[in-house]
Amino acid sequence: MSVNHPGAVPRAQARRATPWWFLTPNLVIMGLFTFLPITINFYYAFTGGVALYPQDRPFVGLENLATLLDCGNHFDPSTCRRDLFWRAVWNTAKLSVFQVSLMVLFALITALVLNRKIIGRGFWRGVFFYPVLLSPVVVALVWKWILQREGLLNAAVAGLGGTPTLWLGEPGSAFFWVVFVSIWAHLGFYTLILLAGLQAIPADLYEAAQMDRASPWRTLSRITLPLLMPNLLVVMVLAAIRAVQTFDEVFVLTGGGPGSATTFIVQFIYQTGFQEQVRLYGLAAAGSLLLALALVALTLVQLRASRAAEAGERAR
Amino acid sequence: MKALAFLTRTRGRHRLDWTDWLSYAYLVLGLFLMFGPVLWLTMSSFKTEAALSEFPPRLLPYGQKVVAVPGEEGLKPVFKVKLPDGSVRELPEIRRIGLMATHVDPAKPDEPIRVRLEDREPVREFKLATENYTDLLGKFKFGLYLWNSLFITVVATALTLLFNSMAAFALSKYRFKGRNAVFLLVIGTLMVPPAIVLVPNFLVISELGLLNSLWGVIWPAVATPTGVFLLRQYMLTIPDELLDAARMDHASEWRIYWRIVMPLSAPALAVLAIFSVMWRWNDFLWPLIVLSRSEQFTLQLALNSFQGDLVTQWNYLLAMTVITLLPVTLVFAFLQKYITQGIASAGVK
Amino acid sequence: MTLVRFSAVALAAAFLAAPLMAQELRVQCYSDGNECEVTGDIAKRFEAANAGTKIIIDKVPYKAVVEQLPVQLAAGEGPDIARVTDLGGLNKYYLDLTPHLSAARAKAWADNFSSTLPWFRNGAADKGIYGLMSQLTVTGAYVNKTLFEQAKVPMPAAGASWDDWMAAADKVAKATKVPFAMAMDRSGHRFAPLAVAYGAKIFDANGTPVVDAGYQAAAKKFVDWHKAGLMPKEVWGGVGGSQYRDAFEEFANGRVVVYYSGSWQLKRMDTQVTKAFDWAVAPAPCGPAACTAMPGGAAFVGLKRTKQPALVAKFLDFLSEDGNYRELMAKTENIPASLSVAKAGVTYNVSAMAKAGLNAFVADVPKIAKANFDLQGYRLNRAVFLPTAQRLGQAVAGEMSTEDALKRLASDMDEQVKAASK
Repeated sequence: MSVNHPGAVPRAQARRATPWWFLTPNLVIMGLFTFLPITINFYYAFTGGVALYPQDRPFVGLENLATLLDCGNHFDPSTCRRDLFWRAVWNTAKLSVFQVSLMVLFALITALVLNRKIIGRGFWRGVFFYPVLLSPVVVALVWKWILQREGLLNAAVAGLGGTPTLWLGEPGSAFFWVVFVSIWAHLGFYTLILLAGLQAIPADLYEAAQMDRASPWRTLSRITLPLLMPNLLVVMVLAAIRAVQTFDEVFVLTGGGPGSATTFIVQFIYQTGFQEQVRLYGLAAAGSLLLALALVALTLVQLRASRAAEAGERAR
Repeated sequence: MKALAFLTRTRGRHRLDWTDWLSYAYLVLGLFLMFGPVLWLTMSSFKTEAALSEFPPRLLPYGQKVVAVPGEEGLKPVFKVKLPDGSVRELPEIRRIGLMATHVDPAKPDEPIRVRLEDREPVREFKLATENYTDLLGKFKFGLYLWNSLFITVVATALTLLFNSMAAFALSKYRFKGRNAVFLLVIGTLMVPPAIVLVPNFLVISELGLLNSLWGVIWPAVATPTGVFLLRQYMLTIPDELLDAARMDHASEWRIYWRIVMPLSAPALAVLAIFSVMWRWNDFLWPLIVLSRSEQFTLQLALNSFQGDLVTQWNYLLAMTVITLLPVTLVFAFLQKYITQGIASAGVK
Repeated sequence: MTLVRFSAVALAAAFLAAPLMAQELRVQCYSDGNECEVTGDIAKRFEAANAGTKIIIDKVPYKAVVEQLPVQLAAGEGPDIARVTDLGGLNKYYLDLTPHLSAARAKAWADNFSSTLPWFRNGAADKGIYGLMSQLTVTGAYVNKTLFEQAKVPMPAAGASWDDWMAAADKVAKATKVPFAMAMDRSGHRFAPLAVAYGAKIFDANGTPVVDAGYQAAAKKFVDWHKAGLMPKEVWGGVGGSQYRDAFEEFANGRVVVYYSGSWQLKRMDTQVTKAFDWAVAPAPCGPAACTAMPGGAAFVGLKRTKQPALVAKFLDFLSEDGNYRELMAKTENIPASLSVAKAGVTYNVSAMAKAGLNAFVADVPKIAKANFDLQGYRLNRAVFLPTAQRLGQAVAGEMSTEDALKRLASDMDEQVKAASK
């Protein structure tokens, strides 16, 4: 539809440019402060030396990546040149598996509970959401205070006749608590996403199931879960991304200890780039490059799985 | 009768069946788990340093009783002392050397009583160690740092709401070439955690001359991918017919955005506002590297400056943590309804 | 519209927040106790004596000085003066004060601070004066005297070895039902005196750090003590990476008998421990090779990027004057690095226990072995300290054997030294 007076830009053409006008401020800022630094960071991965500015650093090609990937057996960190990197990698992998599965499980349970007819539902929803608002440092300090040797948990244990333990002092136990604290801090967010999905399921489906005298498990597996799939997928992707990027909370809670039992990949990168005497920005950047690639791969795999599931659904 | 029926209306037709009891039990457990730790932290922050190192810890803040003794300077701690004649009295301690302590009855200050350490125990009373807070606040220019934090939080949130909603509007209500690419690019930035791009980001800010300026903290934080994602999801649910009708009335695109889409997106905007407030208020690593002049410090930086190389004192650390989580808690208490509704309805397609 | 109003307020705030005085100095400072505050007080006297000058002390967390300051300096940003601990590592950013000092004052600096000035320098040819030690610290062992008395075990005499102390502390711990005999801060800096006492030379013939037989022997002993339950695993093995963790809480709560740390804890000991039990500082424990301790300390350094080099030199010189320096030491309860002040003595207003402790630390200074002194002055000393904490921590936590940890430690140190020379 064009307008017939001279000098006027045809409406259609004007509208084609409009979205870009709206996008510009966001894109400029993202460009300057996100894409540019990421690109510079990835360039660092191919440089060596100790200078700060990228132009002052010698180009070394794939040397940093080769250093990181140099291993006798990639599954056994002690055979690797950079054993701490690989310990961090496998710790992160272990964490992701546990954290995502438990997070999704508990978010689902909580959402199902909150979906019922209960008194004060708004209040209960808020209860689970509160920890999400706390900064990672606060979350870590809250639990560090409870889990320390003279903390509340040990007091409770001693009161019940058990022996006080150093909860963050044993590798297995520290790992457990890292997963626990992470779930505590973020459960509410994912619960709400799943709750939204549950509330979108039409009630008559449930009524029909009840009339057919379907057992609760059948209702769950045949009606609820399939219809909740898109939300579950979003939760899984977001939880996986968060699990792989775990840093602040764990760093304050355990410092990566005991030993390197709770050292994850971002901490390794941060340490290499900021805490050593000689900061190896190139190596740290190479690590972050591998991390980003892994995340992209992970997300693509999950998206493909969802598309397959959806196709499977449609075929039924 | 009707009210009772209403209150107990449940899954089972007339009574609460076992799944309901289970549900409530789960919710109550959740209540303890979610609120309990922070409550414990707050109560602990009112304990004196000595009380903090006690084990097992007592629920309420108790400090040792102190009294003035004539002839001695300062207040002296009071102990329950077992005297050689078998009686037990509460007496303040004047001196302690090795395994013996010297106590005195304030009414008879010239008659010291020597007591072995194992024959006494401290007398405690309920005492709120507010000095943990007043010491902290007295040590620095609280008002200035509060103002800096507030400035950053408010301005960054306003800009975040504006820019993210504009981008979300473009991505949800227009079909144009490259739309998906832009959206994927925006979401893709989630793949890189901020701690990693600290150094390159610092270089960019430094070249732009924004170091040591509150704007150096504000600008990089304004374009959040989560914000764009959230708002876009919500705006997708706004019916296009409304926009088309407005276009028929020759409304400009900006007017459509500002007068129609924005008001309709209020719940999602509220959620993003709350998140933005929380993120900017809690920011630490980034302001740490950008701001090195103390006039520009945020509250988080100032509070953290107590961690010298070789010292951590739990009583100050706890008080500091409570101060930093107070604003977020208040926001939560007042706006909790919008948060939980907003996220739930921002839904996911 | 609110956006316009905000922008106006922001502009106004930006103008107000950047006062440009003619002679302004920025000092980036971190405090262990009250160092920044005391320096601020002395700075006010400087301002009064030098009209038109303004010294602004920005107090930051230690983390900022260690992690962020080098990045700022590398980008050409940062303060005019900073209080740092990585004395050698930041050498390339330092301002040489010598051209701005009068001949008499330059001589005074060279005489009074002769032992610590090399720590700032880059090699033997460098003769510059770069900074002022804000404290001289010495490592040493704090002992819980009350527990020794209760257990009726005599404290080992001067010249006692690490093993003697460990045995005595173990006896005391068992008698008084205390869980551990000794604790040491998680830091390679604190491990170094143990290593040198057991024969470590730290450096090879070329001046490169090396994990020699002495270092290995000390490390094995150290890990074995943990395995035997004499030292708590959670200090060295409880955190990851090369992070610092002190064991002050363990000592203050009466969970260890002996605590190996250093003189910077004196003020904290006085405030928190004196009222709970009696403590003392033991003379430097010995080993087959030496009875030694590790020196250290943070320093105020002038930075090359400053636009006011003469003023920087003047202020640091003012701080180094005997009267002001003495005041700094007295109020922060630190050991002076200035020879003239040390000779004249400092009057500390502290408890008798702290005074005795200070004297004990000062008496240990002459015992410091050359290897320890050189290590503190070594530009890349953190390339020794940090991997030691990391790898021995892993060994203590049981994650790898001591031999593997030592192998990794050697390769870590090599990599860092090699990377630094690129």
